[in-house]
Amino acid sequence: MVNEHNAIEVKGLSKTFNGTVAVNVISFSVAKGELFGFLGPNGAGKTTTVRMLTGVLKPSDGTATIQGHDICSEALQSRAHIAVVPEEANVYLDMSVWQNIMLMADLYGVPRKQRTRKAAELLDALGLSDRREYKARTLSKGLRQRLMLCAALVSEPEILFLDEPTSGLDVQSRQIILKIIRQLSDEGLTIFLTTHNMEEAEKLCSRVAIINEGEIAAIDTPDRLRSAIQARQYVEVVFSDNKLSTQEFESLSGVSSVDLSSNAIRVYTETPGKTATEIACLAKSKGIEIEQLCTRKPALQEVFLYFTSQDKKETE
Amino acid sequence: MTVYVENTNSWRFQLHGALVILKKNIVLYYLKPPVLIFGVLFPVFFFLAFKMGRPITPENIVPGMVAMAVWFTASAVGPLVTPWERRAKTYERLIATPVSLQAMIAGDILSGLLFGACLSIIPVILGLILTDVAITSFLPLIAGVILGAVSFSSLGVLLAAPPASSQSNIMLLSNLVRLPLLFVSGIFLPISEMPIWARWVSPFSPLSYAGDLIAIGFGRRGYFSLWLNPLMLIVFTAILIWGSYKFHRRWRSKGL
Repeated sequence: MVNEHNAIEVKGLSKTFNGTVAVNVISFSVAKGELFGFLGPNGAGKTTTVRMLTGVLKPSDGTATIQGHDICSEALQSRAHIAVVPEEANVYLDMSVWQNIMLMADLYGVPRKQRTRKAAELLDALGLSDRREYKARTLSKGLRQRLMLCAALVSEPEILFLDEPTSGLDVQSRQIILKIIRQLSDEGLTIFLTTHNMEEAEKLCSRVAIINEGEIAAIDTPDRLRSAIQARQYVEVVFSDNKLSTQEFESLSGVSSVDLSSNAIRVYTETPGKTATEIACLAKSKGIEIEQLCTRKPALQEVFLYFTSQDKKETE
Repeated sequence: MTVYVENTNSWRFQLHGALVILKKNIVLYYLKPPVLIFGVLFPVFFFLAFKMGRPITPENIVPGMVAMAVWFTASAVGPLVTPWERRAKTYERLIATPVSLQAMIAGDILSGLLFGACLSIIPVILGLILTDVAITSFLPLIAGVILGAVSFSSLGVLLAAPPASSQSNIMLLSNLVRLPLLFVSGIFLPISEMPIWARWVSPFSPLSYAGDLIAIGFGRRGYFSLWLNPLMLIVFTAILIWGSYKFHRRWRSKGL
């Protein structure tokens, strides 16, 4: 049964290449209008998943729907709702910027009037208006990636697949692309973002899935994922002069480990608020002055490393 | 957010897709050096090399030249387009659009057909100006060029199906198929004058039937019966298109 609130529904999707499992029975869904992050180390199965969802690869097993259309039995209908911006800007180098956009619009059956208007809008938004007659060959990597985004958006898709859209780009192109992504998300476009950049995922995505060795290791909002690994929450404390000893820290309730390697001491605990209070009391009783004291949740990068290394430990 | 095409399965939308692919191929690939070398220069020099010092009559030269031009030009486009696009990774972008594999193949075949049919006009005009041959029957000539070009273009698209790291590998494969067939298809010598083993092999080449129709157009007596030539070209085309679809689908499902 397809949930009409979901733009993408994946059920037990698998892909095997000559006996090697690249994607192993993954299931997840992406709601309409959601900006969904798909994270994973190299070779985890991110691109294989995207290639299956966009019709480039045939799944070995399982099923997925795009706007309610099965990617195998209704492949053409499912592809009519999507647009793809791959990591490597594969534009037609011997075509002009304008010709590249018009070609993609034509392949999606966008009427001439609409495609001309939309292309002009996009070129303007992505800072390519003055280069519309330039051959794509003459553009830098950042400009080619912007062109890819224009060509993808000219058909006004309902779902946009972005595979590492800002990887290796100059600051200006990166900022423009991120701004457009935020804007499109605010306008209600469903975005499936594959990225290595945790900071980007944390800022942009409403939910993220972490894929490792072909399996979904975790899936939730970035905030909940951080909270989920309670043992990686910590209290950061900077003393002005003397310090408490490791034993003193470990005697506090809920503390699992202490990192004294830098000036800002990290006390890992499942109950950061309580531990912070106890540290403050202990320091006061010993006459040690505290310069800085705060509770922190792990960054998404730490969550990512936690889940991807956890899977490795389990398989070893 | 708009979906411009409600029914992507409609023949109208897919025909439009095939024509967009054709337009793209014309803009991008017709003037690419491999197409010009293997499609235009190669047959000209090949024929001249064969003709030098041999007493071949104009009525054999001109139809042979036209047939060879169609053979090489129409079958040159397919082996260039797909490997080129695979290497540039633009092929993946095409696959992710709502245009079907059948429409993509149709677009590539149309590209070869148009290229072959247009360039065949050159040897026809040269033959009419420089020799005393004349077109005695237009219909067989046009049928030979058009049906031959569709068939040869389909062969080119079929030969482009295997994934190759370099397009020169596909060009090599296509020449391994195209060159031997040239010698058993009555291009340099009428089939009736060829050795007995070649006469046995010639019915298995689509070029034999297209060459025969073109020769009939120039007033030469045909080797096969008139109705058999177009029929066999249609049969070859159907088999080659079917094979192209099967092989392209097979490699595509593997992501190659």
